Amino acid sequence: MKASKPMIVAVVTVAALLLATGKPASAQETGARIEIKAHSFETPELTVPTGTTVTWINHDDDSHTVTSTANVFRSPGLDTDETYAYTFTRPGTYEYYCTLHPMMTGKVIVRSPS
Amino acid sequence: MSERSGVDRRGFLRCMAWTGTGLLWSVSGGVLSSQTIGAAEAQSATATFSFAQISDTHIGFKGEANRDAMATFEAAIARIKALDPKPAFLIHTGDITHGQKAGAFDVAREALKGTGIERTFYVPGEHDVFADGGTEYLDRFASGRPGRGWQSFDYGGVHFVGLVNVLTYKAGGLGSLGTEQLEWLERDVSGLSASTPVVVFAHVPLWAVYPQWGWVTDDGEQALGYLKRFGSVTVLNGHIHQIMQKVEGNVTFHTARSTAFPQPAPGAAPSPGPMKVPVETLRGVLGIREVTYAPGRNRLAVVEGSLA
Repeated sequence: MKASKPMIVAVVTVAALLLATGKPASAQETGARIEIKAHSFETPELTVPTGTTVTWINHDDDSHTVTSTANVFRSPGLDTDETYAYTFTRPGTYEYYCTLHPMMTGKVIVRSPS
Repeated sequence: MSERSGVDRRGFLRCMAWTGTGLLWSVSGGVLSSQTIGAAEAQSATATFSFAQISDTHIGFKGEANRDAMATFEAAIARIKALDPKPAFLIHTGDITHGQKAGAFDVAREALKGTGIERTFYVPGEHDVFADGGTEYLDRFASGRPGRGWQSFDYGGVHFVGLVNVLTYKAGGLGSLGTEQLEWLERDVSGLSASTPVVVFAHVPLWAVYPQWGWVTDDGEQALGYLKRFGSVTVLNGHIHQIMQKVEGNVTFHTARSTAFPQPAPGAAPSPGPMKVPVETLRGVLGIREVTYAPGRNRLAVVEGSLA
């Protein structure tokens, strides 16, 4: 269900941040949520720093997917209340859509922390 | 409903021209029908037959819109089994499964044996191919067939074409047939006499029902272009979980009900998701369809059967 390999990368990233700054990095600082409601991604464009784990949650009665147009990530079908998480480790613009309802599109912009 | 009550002038003139080539046309309730006369009759069927259409069974759906989609699926099977005369075959216009979960295709196929009908022709819906790009579906339902699942066959003088318009879904996109399939279709019908009745079935509507919700096949017009010369074309679709009919020239379009859950009329809700209706009215908006062809009557009779 969850992308396990990128999650490991996220843990490593958080550890590296701790070492670099000496401050604890809370989960909130590296996490973001995108709600899926009424056949749309509620935050169609989201900008996050590298290392952020983005979690999509489906609130619809219908199934949806979160599928990268460039095949970077691909969720299984998400039924009601199911989630999918992906950790973005490289800067870039990641466009995605729902393979069941291709009118539903969104993008995550990942920036290096300055 | 976007049903048209009349026949446009161009369509009417084309039909008038046909009366000189062996077809006698009549207009009934806005739907064209014809009777073959003379030589054309030799190519027609010799016996009346019917077939059934089932659509959008969504095996595995367990949302609020229908807490027991398996029970309504079973009710649809019983409804088909009770059809008299027995349909020659069954057409499933896609979204066999809801989430393409393991075993769902088997559940559908096994249950459909309960109709007592030996042969079912399938086309996929997006719910049947989204998880793996169609690998499992094609392996199970289209192995040994050229192309990617599209098919044609003849029965009782009628030419049937099953099109696949869900394998090239792209971000922001719509149902689509693709160049390879369009070329195949053009070749497939090129040798047929214009008096051959044609039935086309596909999941996503081939006409623009409501593009804002993706209820359209972007290259559907091109496919219909290859069928314009035929005197009787019946297009059967699923996907939108409600009955709609439209007549355009000699083409009659029908969308089918689901056996799992209804969807809102175009634009009647913020999104096209499953529509919740009072439990006691649910079966009245789910259903199956019986289609009958009679020699000499090119218009196929379409009868809707609800599960109520």
